Amino acid sequence: MNEKKITTFVLVGIIAALIIAVFISPFASSFPDGLEKVAEGFGFLEKAQNAVSDKIFLIPDYTFGAVNDPLWQGALAGLFGVLIVLAIFGFIFLIYKATTKNKNKIE
Amino acid sequence: MHIPDGFVDLKTVITTSVVSAGGLGVSIYKVKKIFKARTIAIMGVLAALIFALQMINFSIPGGTSGHLLGGALSSIIAGPFGGSIILSVVLIVQALIFNDGGITALGANIFNMAIIGVFSSYLIYFLIRKISKSKIIFYMAIAVSSWFSVVFASTFAALELGISGTYAMGITLKAMILVHMVIGIGEAIITTLIIAFIDRIRPDLILTEERGI
Repeated sequence: MNEKKITTFVLVGIIAALIIAVFISPFASSFPDGLEKVAEGFGFLEKAQNAVSDKIFLIPDYTFGAVNDPLWQGALAGLFGVLIVLAIFGFIFLIYKATTKNKNKIE
Repeated sequence: MHIPDGFVDLKTVITTSVVSAGGLGVSIYKVKKIFKARTIAIMGVLAALIFALQMINFSIPGGTSGHLLGGALSSIIAGPFGGSIILSVVLIVQALIFNDGGITALGANIFNMAIIGVFSSYLIYFLIRKISKSKIIFYMAIAVSSWFSVVFASTFAALELGISGTYAMGITLKAMILVHMVIGIGEAIITTLIIAFIDRIRPDLILTEERGI
């Protein structure tokens, strides 16, 4: 199949994701979201309880605890989040490559 | 509308987990058939973008905020099966790393957003596109399907809370749908802008009826 290359699209997409997560997310609205607002209004927000210990989360509530400045906490949380998501698909890509190596050439 | 732990009871946790696991299994099976290096790359970029955009809460009147869900954005480019995998990965990362959405509620959240949100937007998008091939209809299809995906996802979230006995079903439904009818406008604007932009630079990446899923 003659499909156009997607290298540029992928690069632009990744850069956009990083800019949004690192530079814009620290300034996002901190108002409760729709569900939280409804839960708050009807008084059942306190029913929200973690099923597991809070300690297992690497970056709880998008706050990267290793730094003190709130802007940096949000920015680094965004950075690591995007990298983790990309790493998962990178991992899927590696599995794909390993399993198709002998069957047919990739593109 | 990430449901935290404690909002859904055991029967809802089990039901939604089983349905979501099944749905995700079907999606993986379907996507594997068309799997190519580029499919994975496109899905990865979309997942990263949607994760980033989900961090951007925008204020709506009444001291509430909303953020993009990405159901329509992912399904209009990667198809409903690809879209549900993208959204599931984002939701799993959010629940396990960021404590955003409960771990026991993960099945419910995947069901609401990665299945209902993704598939409803996909169906509505194609229903509207059938009207004509014009650009106006194309933009309308994106906006309307994005809006409905948020409203439908919130409807199911409210149903799960009601069934779980967390709060009265009718009142929760009404409140959840109302607030998400407003948040959905943000979803429609952001999704339409992004897809219109992609349509300008790489129209071949937009899913069309001929290209199918």
